[in-house]
Amino acid sequence: MQHISAVREPLVTGGKTYHDVTADICYQVEAKPNIRWMMAFGVALFFLGVFFYSVYRTLWYGIGEWGLNKTVGWAWDITNFVWWVGIGHAGTLISAVLLLFRQKWRSSINRAAEAMTIFAVICAAMFPVLHMGRPWMAFWVLPLQNTYGSLWANFNSPLLWDVFAISTYFSVSLVFWYIGLVPDFATIRDRAKGPIAKVAYSMLSLGWKGSAKAWSRYETVSLILAGVSTPLVLSVHTIVSMDFATSVVPGWHTTIFPPYFVAGAIFSGFAMVLTLMLITRVVFRLEDYITLEHIALMNKIMMITGSIVGVAYITEFFIAWYSQVEFEQYAFINRATGPYWWAYASMMTCNVITPQLVWFRRVRYSIPLTFILSIIVNIGMWFERFVIIVTSLHREYIPSGWVMFSPSIIDIGIYVGTLGLFFTLFLLFAKFFPVINMAEVKTILKYTVDNGPTYTGGHGHGHGHAPAHPVTPGVPASAPVTYNQHD
Amino acid sequence: MTKRYALGIFEDEDVLLHAIENIRAAGVKIYDVFSPYPVHGIDDALGIERSRLPIAAFFYGLTGLSFALWMQIYMLGFDWPMIIGGKPHIALPAFIPVSFELTVFFTCHGMSFTFFLITSLYPRWKTKVMDVRATDDKFVMAIELDETSSQLPRLTQLLRDNGASEVNQKEMTE
Repeated sequence: MQHISAVREPLVTGGKTYHDVTADICYQVEAKPNIRWMMAFGVALFFLGVFFYSVYRTLWYGIGEWGLNKTVGWAWDITNFVWWVGIGHAGTLISAVLLLFRQKWRSSINRAAEAMTIFAVICAAMFPVLHMGRPWMAFWVLPLQNTYGSLWANFNSPLLWDVFAISTYFSVSLVFWYIGLVPDFATIRDRAKGPIAKVAYSMLSLGWKGSAKAWSRYETVSLILAGVSTPLVLSVHTIVSMDFATSVVPGWHTTIFPPYFVAGAIFSGFAMVLTLMLITRVVFRLEDYITLEHIALMNKIMMITGSIVGVAYITEFFIAWYSQVEFEQYAFINRATGPYWWAYASMMTCNVITPQLVWFRRVRYSIPLTFILSIIVNIGMWFERFVIIVTSLHREYIPSGWVMFSPSIIDIGIYVGTLGLFFTLFLLFAKFFPVINMAEVKTILKYTVDNGPTYTGGHGHGHGHAPAHPVTPGVPASAPVTYNQHD
Repeated sequence: MTKRYALGIFEDEDVLLHAIENIRAAGVKIYDVFSPYPVHGIDDALGIERSRLPIAAFFYGLTGLSFALWMQIYMLGFDWPMIIGGKPHIALPAFIPVSFELTVFFTCHGMSFTFFLITSLYPRWKTKVMDVRATDDKFVMAIELDETSSQLPRLTQLLRDNGASEVNQKEMTE
């Protein structure tokens, strides 16, 4: 399967044994939440409160609470929707596309990246639902007969395609993630001591025992799910881009949108994965599992997709000139030099120039620089959507309708609030679920640790620290163990 | 009903794979092998047939595609025909996205449901396992014993000879 190279960097460092993997990953699930987690959770809950307040204002007083006007009828809501959906895409890329390409390094990061996908899609879904104004009527988007006759949904509309794309994407990602979690829940169940934990993880693990036949089917299911998720993830952002591309608004009506949006989605998604992983590996002391090599590889993907996005920006400009359509040309000149020039400049700087720094090995392997880069890219990708949406709408065909858009405090509240929602969910996940796929990491251990787990247990060829405790044959895992590493 | 099993505990996947081959060659029927992660080559060693889930997945996908096309053509083409954007009532190119999404939806959920069903995965209050270490770092081979456990000494020797680090006896109530 995998070529074992003497020069290839190990995927897991620290000479881990199978039991070390279990102990290290289960540690934060079993231990009491630490103070850093509590503080982070407190901050996330505060912003979740901001979210609920802003949603309350939106529902009680209506969409008028937002900064929208007659000309700009879509602004921060759709910007945030596209931004969040895009972020989600990296998780599926890691879990599905990299599985098909047999990139073994994905094992350490796929669990958290998939969780990120699911939470990001939840945040994304808030915006179109709230923009409906009457979310209790949200079921109208489904192809159901109306009360007075048989008027169905309009299947020619990209907005309806979006409903199908996002709901399929969410449910498929959720199932894919959950099936991967089942064996790990079984591990936690078999180590659990408290009665509540025993029942809870027994329920969650669905009675998984790790029998050979079950594993064989598990692998088949994972492969097929990866196979269907790969075109799915491409279709989702393609359909999101068609919300714009099938209109006749100058700046939106371009055929380049689907590939350009997909590349942008993966670009921003990897930036978010990097942001989250750099924090997670430090907070939960997972430096041996999420190594500098992982960070460098993710940086490379970010650079490639970032460059594709850069080429797309320039192509768009060229095509606007080449099309000879006055309105199209004006839309692009207005983007770069009009009243929103600062948004365009932020987008170009953050998305086109910043990722090029990753060509330098020193940047690629630097944790602080990568962290800053990942934040800048996320800001840049938010501006990209803002530029595409607001600058195209605010000066359309009729100059008498030209306006400026500025967000209201409620717009800002909902956006910041979804960040709170996202981090609340992510922190709960990080506390109660295994953040790294233990079963999968165990499969790559033998080929990547210097000598493989030795079978009398124990002697890691440690880079600095030895495994927490030797594995003694005959001692059940339920015997009290100490985690020296985490003291 | 209570059943007895001899459990051979292994520490390494390669030792386990050789042991499976030797023990099967010795004419002993292996009940099951429990491992903390999927061991490559164990299907062939145990004689587990290739899963037919991919075939099921294909037919779920076909169902999804047919359903989606039927739904869109029936609703917009026959039940309430409408002219939208000057397009024909049955505008097939516009129906592709929803058809694709529903194909994926049916494939994924149909196959996952089948997987849960045939592997008997469902939430339960308590899970009885052969050995709790099988989800941690040990490979557990279970061999069914008769009511008197008369084969146990011979099996213990056979498992030990093939690299088992310990051999236990386990009673499971069904």
